[in-house]
Amino acid sequence: MSQFLQVLLSGLATGSIYALAAIGFALVWQAAHTVNFAQGEFVMVPAFFVLIGMGFFGMPFWLALGFGLVVSMLVLGYAFKKMIVEPILPHGGITLIIATMALAILLKETVKEFYSAEAQPFPALFSNTPMNFFGAAVSMQDILNLLVSLGVVVLLTLFLNRTRTGRCMQAAAQNPAVAEILGVDVKRMVLYTFLINAALAALASFLITPVYLAKFSNGETIGLIAFIAAIVGGFNQIRGALVGGLLVGVLDNLTATYVTAQYRAALPLVLLIVIILVRPQGIMGTSEGRSV
Amino acid sequence: MTGKWRFLLIVLLLGVAVAAPLGQKNYIIYVLTSWLVFAIAAMGLNLTLGYAGQISLAQASFMAIGAYITALLTLAGWHWMVAMPLALVACFVIGLLLGYPALRVKGHFLAFVTLAFNTLVFLVLRNEEWLTGGSYGLAGMPRPGFGLFSTMKQLPFYYFTLAITVIAALAMWGIVRSPWGRAFKALRENPIRAESLGVDTRRITLLAFAIGSAYGGLAGALVTSLVQFIEPASFGVGHSLRILLMVVVGGAGSFFGPFLGSGVVILLPEVLRFTEGYYLIIYSVLVIVMLVYAPEGLVGIGARLRAKIWSRPQARADLSQGAGLK
Repeated sequence: MSQFLQVLLSGLATGSIYALAAIGFALVWQAAHTVNFAQGEFVMVPAFFVLIGMGFFGMPFWLALGFGLVVSMLVLGYAFKKMIVEPILPHGGITLIIATMALAILLKETVKEFYSAEAQPFPALFSNTPMNFFGAAVSMQDILNLLVSLGVVVLLTLFLNRTRTGRCMQAAAQNPAVAEILGVDVKRMVLYTFLINAALAALASFLITPVYLAKFSNGETIGLIAFIAAIVGGFNQIRGALVGGLLVGVLDNLTATYVTAQYRAALPLVLLIVIILVRPQGIMGTSEGRSV
Repeated sequence: MTGKWRFLLIVLLLGVAVAAPLGQKNYIIYVLTSWLVFAIAAMGLNLTLGYAGQISLAQASFMAIGAYITALLTLAGWHWMVAMPLALVACFVIGLLLGYPALRVKGHFLAFVTLAFNTLVFLVLRNEEWLTGGSYGLAGMPRPGFGLFSTMKQLPFYYFTLAITVIAALAMWGIVRSPWGRAFKALRENPIRAESLGVDTRRITLLAFAIGSAYGGLAGALVTSLVQFIEPASFGVGHSLRILLMVVVGGAGSFFGPFLGSGVVILLPEVLRFTEGYYLIIYSVLVIVMLVYAPEGLVGIGARLRAKIWSRPQARADLSQGAGLK
């Protein structure tokens, strides 16, 4: 029982970090109706910004974290929107999806060639001391990771539902034309969405990299899992992405412990097919209606 | 382009394809052969992406399925010409099974499902050592021989691959021009109108995906004989992306696009060899720039240039058609 609780809690902790990346998928989907195939790389890159801040500019760790966050928002939020999404979006969704795939290759290879192909250690935000939790040994890191990501999701939901800017962002996502007529600055709202996406990805990066080490190829696994989490939960819902992330994290840990470690990466496929067959809009998602 | 000019161009291209490897070193012939093989894989994906408008990220895994089935059968002593059709049928059936749930729902679900599928195929190939040799792969597959004509040498194998490519291209030409093919195109241009005209869009899309997967299987069967060594790593998700980029770079939805695109993707690393590790960086930047300025691919750039140089006054379509309306 205590082993089960341990597996469950560490699954929730990794799952909550996947959820941060999955929410990014949902946000970009709402803002540009596209799938950002570079989302995994968006989680991989900020850790390297922090390493550059510490190693190249000699910043202390906490300052480097701030530096990483700001640079991520500039590069992965602002520049991504201005240089890739805006010029390509008029050519259609599929073209933009392919552009994000090329962007994923670009980010991965740039890190590999200009930083290092080796896995880099990354300082932990929280200490890794084990805590006794109803008989289960759970690390402090897991608990705090879970709390921080849940806290951020709650704050984000409050921001979107309770503040004027948040509501304008939702209006711009649901119906840009009407929102524009009602005086919402749609372009600015879309920009906010991309900045928030970059910030969430940076946060996920800071939380997950101490566990995985900073490596150029991290994006592939994180991106795929976050992706599945977003679909499982519901692509058009932020709480859906949260539920999906937690579910995938827990199931992944349970499979690896109790069923098979060799095929743990196949679990998302099974989950994906089941969800698509049973409830295509995702567990928490609302149906968007079929255009065909 | 009028029919006569197109025919001349095709004859010219075929002549170049026949003459290209003559007097070259084995390595160059190998590169040219892999161009043809990837052109077949890209042709299949072009049907799914360019004509049916669905992103598939599993073309490399269909190549893997085709390659491993052909490898296991030829190692067991079967002739390549018997093993290859079985590999094609297997890929077609797996394509149907995979596409059915994914295409039930709208949007980009095929992309998700195929991405996960590619990962799954990779895991099976790596973990099931009793069948696939695990990460050591399979080696020593014989190349097909036809009595006096053996393809064990590099040059005869090139001509063998060229013949298969021409047959595959003719079949694709037939598919695209058949009523099915027209339904594919109608689907791409306007799904809702296609549906209203009685096209069963879901079935047609599924069929396009399955046929495209079978072309992937054919490419895999050829890779088996070309490299004579296969391992899981050469069929990862990254290679699916590479084939997808071939289609996009060449021009999705155009018949010659895949040939052009795979040529660029296969030959560019040879040209950019002096940049060493930076090849993929340069390449991905080129793709993004191309998507911004010429989303219809290299074929599209060609068409645009041609329109600029030989621009002709265009009659309004309804005027030129007017006399035909009775």
